[in-house]
Amino acid sequence: MNVIEHAGDLPAWAALAVSFFLVVGAGLTLTGTIGFARLPTFYERIHAPTLGTSWGTGGIVMASMIFFTVLATRPVVHEILIGIFVTVTTPVTLMLLARAALHRDRAEGNPEVPAEAPLEREAEGQPAAGD
Amino acid sequence: MSHTILAWSVTIAQVFLAIAMALAALRMFRGPRAQDRVLALDTLYVNSMLLLMVFGMRTGKVIYFEASLVIGMLGFVATVALAKFLMRGEVIE
Repeated sequence: MNVIEHAGDLPAWAALAVSFFLVVGAGLTLTGTIGFARLPTFYERIHAPTLGTSWGTGGIVMASMIFFTVLATRPVVHEILIGIFVTVTTPVTLMLLARAALHRDRAEGNPEVPAEAPLEREAEGQPAAGD
Repeated sequence: MSHTILAWSVTIAQVFLAIAMALAALRMFRGPRAQDRVLALDTLYVNSMLLLMVFGMRTGKVIYFEASLVIGMLGFVATVALAKFLMRGEVIE
């Protein structure tokens, strides 16, 4: 266990807060990834890593902000960029991925996914015959 | 005292994130389908970004923050491109 040298004059309350947020963030990320490795189907699995992108990232960003703010004795908030970026991009990527997976499952005729909505079929140019 | 708490918690966080990366890599190798592998790659990107931020706290250098920002952006672009590829069969139409 090597000591962190540059954190020489960090007060105890800051060390406790940083440790709490770090362990909570990393633990939630690990929980999400364990769920991702263990859940049975893709549509269940896609929910699990969002634990890491919401509070996992939030906790570690918060820990980093407290750590560098207390060490530098001035507000250091550039880590919030990562938090905002991850919060904005995760729903976009996962929606795209889920739609692609649904498209692939429907194209293969997989009976476990719900059928296409009639409105969507008309929008794609194929007439919805029979309903 | 505060040194010991900080050193332990940073180490624990690094170990947790390393285990999470190993699990994501396991899912990427096991599959079973392409969308699982893409999602595993996205999870791997997020976990490595967080690991790099924790590493930046351990060393106290700002360069690791910039590296993790770049990894986050690359992960977003890579996952969107791969999802587009799964959807249409080509990335740029």
